[in-house]
Amino acid sequence: MAGVERWERDVYEPARRKLPERQADFSTTSGIPIKALYTPEDRAGHDYEREVGYPGEYPFTRGVQPTMYRSRFWTMRQYAGFGTAEESNARYRYLLANGQTGLSVAFDLPTQIGYDSDHPMALSEVGKVGVAISSLEDMEILFRGIPLDQVSTSMTINATASTLLALYIAVGKRQGVPIKKLSGTTQNDILKEYVARGTYIYPPGPSMRLITDMFRYCAEELPLWNTISISGYHMREAGCTAAQEVGFTLSHAIAYVQAAIDAGLDVDSFAPRLSFFFVAQSHFFEEVAKFRAARRLWASIMRERFKAKDPRSWMLRFHTQTAGVSLTAQQPDNNVVRTALQALSAVLGGTQSLHTNSKDEALALPTEASAQLALRTQQIIAYETGVGDTVDPLAGSYYVEYLTDQVEAKAREYIEKIDSLGGSVRAIEQGFEQREIQEAAYRFQQEVERNERIIVGVNRFQVPEEIPVPILRVDTRARDEQIARLRRLRATRDQAAVDRCLEDLRQAALGTENVMPRILAAVENYATVGEIADTLRAVFGVQKESVVI
Amino acid sequence: MSPAATKRLRVLVAKPGLDGHDRGAKVVARALRDAGMEVIYTGIRQTPEQIVEAAVQEDVNAIALSILSGAHRELFPRIFELLRQNGMEDVLVVAGGIIPDEDVPDLKALGVRAVFGPGTPTSAIAEFIRNNA
Repeated sequence: MAGVERWERDVYEPARRKLPERQADFSTTSGIPIKALYTPEDRAGHDYEREVGYPGEYPFTRGVQPTMYRSRFWTMRQYAGFGTAEESNARYRYLLANGQTGLSVAFDLPTQIGYDSDHPMALSEVGKVGVAISSLEDMEILFRGIPLDQVSTSMTINATASTLLALYIAVGKRQGVPIKKLSGTTQNDILKEYVARGTYIYPPGPSMRLITDMFRYCAEELPLWNTISISGYHMREAGCTAAQEVGFTLSHAIAYVQAAIDAGLDVDSFAPRLSFFFVAQSHFFEEVAKFRAARRLWASIMRERFKAKDPRSWMLRFHTQTAGVSLTAQQPDNNVVRTALQALSAVLGGTQSLHTNSKDEALALPTEASAQLALRTQQIIAYETGVGDTVDPLAGSYYVEYLTDQVEAKAREYIEKIDSLGGSVRAIEQGFEQREIQEAAYRFQQEVERNERIIVGVNRFQVPEEIPVPILRVDTRARDEQIARLRRLRATRDQAAVDRCLEDLRQAALGTENVMPRILAAVENYATVGEIADTLRAVFGVQKESVVI
Repeated sequence: MSPAATKRLRVLVAKPGLDGHDRGAKVVARALRDAGMEVIYTGIRQTPEQIVEAAVQEDVNAIALSILSGAHRELFPRIFELLRQNGMEDVLVVAGGIIPDEDVPDLKALGVRAVFGPGTPTSAIAEFIRNNA
């Protein structure tokens, strides 16, 4: 009898009868069963060289770079932005002065949905969840004193990504930076907006065309730009499981790659610049396994399914953010601990960059002090714990390798299911992903309310509390300044040039010409984000929400 | 049948503003439905005008507003103004999402009867609506 069977019969079972386990069954968020013990027997029949391999080599299970954090830590990239361009610029300089190594811009909702700050739909939202950017004038202020050849900038922008990238290029040109040296990321992932995040404008067809236009433009002009950050984060925040996060995200990625190939692009011309964005949630080992599984699965998709030849096309490079939904309004200091553990799972999973949430985000936007504490959390992991001193330190754990295999297998099933529905765009139109996410979110809530799932400070270990937490408030003065600036701009710019540029854009959108150079010309002549979006709305139409509950 | 059984409460779950964070709204909508109420969910990006129009059309007993963008201080007063104009000041209005504690007194003065912050059990929301609508 093999060792483990003997142990189970003679040691484990008697012990369990004497001291019953806390639960009848243990499982991960994805429903992967968890045994009491994993041993070498669980790895029997597995081929280390083929399935796990070495960092920097196919299938990249252990990481995309050979040296990982021994050479350079992950990029510490805190998402920030609020109020006016001046206020956000001050916050960025503060974060850079504190040792942050990359910028991450949060735009307000009007900017994300293509409304200028003085649009009636925008009025109550200007500067609230991010910075308000309507024109090149705003964008220049946002990056004042920040040389764009020395930072990399990530922009959480989707439906209006082409316009915001054009604005960034225009600022770079004015700073005298060669555009080939600009580095950063546009999120540019519209599919997950339909599924979970909600800032879409146009229907899927023309939205996919805007994305492939950007792929093509950047392949030629911006070799260091990550054209897209294909995001599982928001779907997971909306409620899905770890395996669904990987499955849905990679399905969306497949749709983008296919769309670009269909538009005539060579896969290796754009695939090396695709990047990904995942959450780090609380189920520690499942999260570590998720990152490893996602890397291995993407490598095989790119090599086998899309026949990519360039090894860089096989690499899944990703940003991670800790889980906003896991933050509690109750006992907010507890959130520091949650965030630290989640961040550790991202580092052990080999992330390329990381945002750690601030403890007050269940209440409002973070204050300067709490944003600093969040950054310090990453710095402590990097500089004090030693976890970055060897590559992929949890590899070879019988349990972590088991979970990696399981997450990959389940994600693959979701990809096959979505393929069978006709691909991501069709699956989203049919509400498949939305329903799966809502089911999982509702299940989670019921588990919490039945006390089957414990959230410290919420359904156990509560204390009576007054919450005297200082919060950041965005006042209407910011909006008024922003609107005044926009009106001045409209009154003083060369309107004939703006009109000409918008007409050129309209013609390009009607035909098949790449819209990116037209958008760049328009923003350089001070056409606004809202005017460009309106021009495209008139050609492409707008997407209506299909409400699924 | 008892009067309670013949009259199901009708609740409009609405998302004013531009934020797309609809997890909470959808979970609450479903929980209220499972608690026996008739639930109408508006979808995201609703203006105050659209919300009150839906409330009038659907002849609801209660409106549950979910907002996470911070725009409640601007949008809620407009919703109450429109409710008054439409003679619907007796409709129960509750709110949830990311709403700082220090805003709650102002919202209550406006007419919001309860603000349910993060971590509120859906059963507490259903009970409040049942007892107050």
